[in-house]
Amino acid sequence: MVRRRLLVAVPVLAATSAGMFALGAASPIDPAQQYAGAAAFTTSEENLAQIRANWGVDDPLPVQYARWVGHLLQGDLGWSTSRHEPVTSVLAARAGWTLLLVGAALALVLVTSLLLGTLAAYRRGGWLDRGLRASAYAVQSMPVFWLGLAAIALFALALGWLPAGGLTGITATGTDPADVARHLILPVGVLAVAQAPWFVLFIRDAVAESLRDDHVLAARARGLPGRTVLFGHALRTALLPFLTLVGTHLPELVGGAVLVETVFSLPGLGAVTVQAALGSDFPLLAATTLATTVVVLAANLVTDLAYAAADPRVRLDD
Amino acid sequence: MGVHTLPDLRYVTSRLTALTVAVLALAACSAPSTTPSAPGGDTLVVATAGEPDALNPVLNYGVDGGSLIFDGLVSRDESNRLVPALARDLPTLSADGKTVTAKLRDGVLFHDGSPLSAQDVVFTYQSVLDPKVDSTLRSDLDMLVSVTAPDPATVVFRLKYPYAPFLQRLTLGIVPAKVLAGQDINKAAFNRQPVGTGPYEVKSWTPGDRLVLSANQKYWAGRPANKGVVVAFVADDNVRAQRARAGEFDVAELAPKLAAGFDGQAGYRVQKVPTADYRGVTLPMGNPVTGDVAVRRALSAAVDRAALVTGVLGGAGEPAFGPVPPSSPFAEPSIAGKAGAAPDAAAALLDAAGWKPGPDGIRARDGRPAAFALMYPATDSLRKELALAVTADARKVGIKVTPEGLTWDAITPRMGNDALVMGYGTPYDPDFVSYKLFGSAFAGQGFFNPGSYRSPTVDQALQEGRDHADPTRRQAAYSAFQKQIAADVPWVFLTYLQHTYVVSATVTGVAARVEPHEHDVANSLWWNIHTWTKKP
Repeated sequence: MVRRRLLVAVPVLAATSAGMFALGAASPIDPAQQYAGAAAFTTSEENLAQIRANWGVDDPLPVQYARWVGHLLQGDLGWSTSRHEPVTSVLAARAGWTLLLVGAALALVLVTSLLLGTLAAYRRGGWLDRGLRASAYAVQSMPVFWLGLAAIALFALALGWLPAGGLTGITATGTDPADVARHLILPVGVLAVAQAPWFVLFIRDAVAESLRDDHVLAARARGLPGRTVLFGHALRTALLPFLTLVGTHLPELVGGAVLVETVFSLPGLGAVTVQAALGSDFPLLAATTLATTVVVLAANLVTDLAYAAADPRVRLDD
Repeated sequence: MGVHTLPDLRYVTSRLTALTVAVLALAACSAPSTTPSAPGGDTLVVATAGEPDALNPVLNYGVDGGSLIFDGLVSRDESNRLVPALARDLPTLSADGKTVTAKLRDGVLFHDGSPLSAQDVVFTYQSVLDPKVDSTLRSDLDMLVSVTAPDPATVVFRLKYPYAPFLQRLTLGIVPAKVLAGQDINKAAFNRQPVGTGPYEVKSWTPGDRLVLSANQKYWAGRPANKGVVVAFVADDNVRAQRARAGEFDVAELAPKLAAGFDGQAGYRVQKVPTADYRGVTLPMGNPVTGDVAVRRALSAAVDRAALVTGVLGGAGEPAFGPVPPSSPFAEPSIAGKAGAAPDAAAALLDAAGWKPGPDGIRARDGRPAAFALMYPATDSLRKELALAVTADARKVGIKVTPEGLTWDAITPRMGNDALVMGYGTPYDPDFVSYKLFGSAFAGQGFFNPGSYRSPTVDQALQEGRDHADPTRRQAAYSAFQKQIAADVPWVFLTYLQHTYVVSATVTGVAARVEPHEHDVANSLWWNIHTWTKKP
């Protein structure tokens, strides 16, 4: 199945990148004007035309796309016109931070939602269940951006426990892991809290449902201890659809990371992607889109593999 | 089927955990990890939204000086007057106005220890002129024919035509030829790790995060008074305000309304800095309503500039009546009108020109209603508020304005027929922007004179100001220019903006000077930060 999935990935990636270029070509924004900024209003048309010619952005779309694919096959992702550096170095400098943020937030969401959702389902209607559901709905209605600013106001300004933003202390000269970790507590926490409601509510409902299943009732009837029944039987049944949810929810997590990066001034991929879109920077846009597509395809593949591992009824050799 | 066919739960969770750990490990590998270091005792931290694309003057970084990393042949003092920098004295202009000669200062070293020579100056300017280089500065140097170095300490610029304010263009930072020669300047590593002669050298730049500068101990004008500067790049206004409130920054640029929150707060003061950046309404001559000078004059009388400053700008601005800022030595004081609205005067002007009020209160002449569209870039909330205020003021005198928020690609084709909220301005020389913005030779050429304003008096005055270096002659020319613009009203000038900063009380040495529109690392309140000190 892995090989088949990889074969499918090629046309998907080609279609995504071609779509990216087509959308970019339809955009009326002149990348040279975007590059010039305020100077665009005092720069002569001849000057802007020279810059566009240097970049080759006036060439017909198929020419630009073919050139890009040609370079891609040689491992060169091209030149970012909005960042003014090779796309590979933009990605190298920034993708790591975005991955770290998303990865840590995902881990936190998984652990807490599994734990809290299961406990809430076990004591359905109890104070934990009601409190959790109420706060899940409340958090679901808050924009990530707002959550971030509120967290800064509380933990950085009012209490002074954590830094308000940035990747390291403002006068630090390197990236000390402990310093970075301290700076990532708030962003990771905010991203996790913002994404948690989906997962918590899902687990709660799924476990509550499976608590009524025959096999769980049977386990109870056999007199197994409550904890074994809850985590060993009920949660296990609920876990399968949860894997699917994680796979499909990953793009949303990446979207949330873009906003969190803005609020906490983290030098990740979020801000540059927005800038690339505003500046019609095809190479960078295509690269970030491709990277996201690869991550989503990989996540789906991993979900399916995990599914197969968790449920022997699922067979991969079709 | 049933419970016993499921594998061990622990197996699944351990798989998931392993996956998460792998993601984290991957991320950690790609992140650079170095050792932490002690914070510099008197390192200053400033915060701005403006992050340069590249730290290379040839690629438009800090072209008007104040770039912290580079020096030009000349620089500007607190009143924006030119003073010698890498040139020993102010360069001299030949009698015909077409040759400029600069003698270099002795003993200036680049950050890498190599000495500055005239070849570096020649290389810098030739790079700007090279069409293969992505420099927008080329448009401003179209009078420059050649740059030569007859000896290692002399640079000669030859111009196509006499150009009086040429010295103002010599603030461009000088780059070392040796480091850049033979490279593709657009893609050189230099753009991230530059080498200049300025008071600070670049230690590191993490785009999107910060620029770390350390004092150049061998700076030709004397060692900086502090150890270094960190420029934090925080794009969002609210986030920057929050982080400033948490005490992270010594100076932060903030929007006026956010800065007001720091007024009276212990440890901070708010610094308002005047700028030459004006906002106004272009009134195209091709439109049958705005093409009538009576309508244009009436609009200029009808707008309440004082209310714009207090209401729209939160007090961070001043009324504008012309394209030369009041802080400029060339400003003509007689054109300043009343800051408040003068609806009666406006009505009288319209009555006299035959624009009579109709039953709905909108004036009309020969069956044509006094109505026009006012465009503004939809993403610019300040221009939107200005457009709405002008609409309301115009309505009071019977002119119907329809505000339209659009994208630039929708605005540009319509600039010849519809009014537009625009902004320009430079504190340095009145020739810089106005020559192209109001000269008839540029009528209808993109953003240069989009309203196709034509006035022989203005053309002659602008040419005179550019041709002759004699200060009294220039003064007279620009006075005539401003008076004619005030009479013809091709634009309704609304306000000059002010930039607002919050400054920590521990910092001494701040000297605000009139700022241009563009200010980021270069040319902000911290233009002279190498003389600042900080109390512990």
